Amino acid sequence: MHELSIATAVVEACAERSAGARVLRVRLEIGQFAAVMPDALRFCFDVCAQGTDVEGAELDIQEIEGRAVCETCERTVTLSAPFGCCDCGGRLRIIAGQELRVKDMEVA
Amino acid sequence: MCTTCGCGADEITIDGKHAHAEAHAHAHTHDHSHHDAASAHGHTVLLEQDILAKNRLFAERNRGWFAGREVLAINLMSSPGAGKTSILERTIRDLHGSRPIAVLEGDQATANDSDRIRAAGAPVVQINTGTGCHLDAHMVAHGVERLNPSRGAMLLIENVGNLVCPALFDLGEQARVVIVSVTEGDDKPIKYPHMFHACELMLINKVDLLPYVRFDVERCIGHAHQVNPRIEVLRVSAETGEGMQDWYQWLSKQSSISGLAA
Repeated sequence: MHELSIATAVVEACAERSAGARVLRVRLEIGQFAAVMPDALRFCFDVCAQGTDVEGAELDIQEIEGRAVCETCERTVTLSAPFGCCDCGGRLRIIAGQELRVKDMEVA
Repeated sequence: MCTTCGCGADEITIDGKHAHAEAHAHAHTHDHSHHDAASAHGHTVLLEQDILAKNRLFAERNRGWFAGREVLAINLMSSPGAGKTSILERTIRDLHGSRPIAVLEGDQATANDSDRIRAAGAPVVQINTGTGCHLDAHMVAHGVERLNPSRGAMLLIENVGNLVCPALFDLGEQARVVIVSVTEGDDKPIKYPHMFHACELMLINKVDLLPYVRFDVERCIGHAHQVNPRIEVLRVSAETGEGMQDWYQWLSKQSSISGLAA
């Protein structure tokens, strides 16, 4: 349930920049391997936003697919788990899927 | 309100007292970008901000504090019941007289673990997270303030028993250790890959029970290396002391890696 801490951090980041204006929409980038459940985050976000400029804002979560590059053959592959092996036997280095970012917000 | 740890919600306690009940020894810097905000109305405001940025800031502050005092900070994580506290108790007793050890205990509730650590002979501060499932860098900053470990001490941070959430939160530690016990499944590393990916060392505890349980040590190590090829592995028993010398050597090695006195 670390989604509660994450939602709190998102609400705080937005409220600091809204200067009293009502926040209508918040856009996040959440990687597939960021260990965050979007549904749990949405639920927590609505609770955390209550009584702030962010209350009632729509939470737009863009999920980023996991991708890795092979350290041997340099091929880029998509991953469904945050570990794995390339077909060539090489070690994979994750290049996408670990994002946890507030992209932007729309204010009234 | 400090929302990094949510302690304004009166839920987190340090040794039974609310985290913000006393004045802060460290100054809080809350950056407010008023210039950006003034022009924010009626359009999209770019933030491009790491959600855990504040935690990272506190973690870096802790790291600096530890380095300044030559404190070796180790974050210990596991599922509940893997033996974190037992390993700490044995470590404190075995290393008694060789290097000062201080402990931060993280649990949702009770001071049971800190009582055990105190009885083993180390100064300890209990952080109760309430409903929180992990320690974060801000809670650790508060805990360290109260604990005030001596120069050159080893600070062992026992995180809340949980193989998911603590993996995400940098506390400012020099190294992370995950403990798995042989009474659990040997597939824990691939079931909870984030945790095993985040750690430098895996301790396989309760090896004295191996004759009685169906736990394949090699299979467990294979899974751990699949998730994290660099993770080191030690087999220990906090009960019998088996393998504990290897653990102490590993701790001593971390000191030299960090440029601290071993």
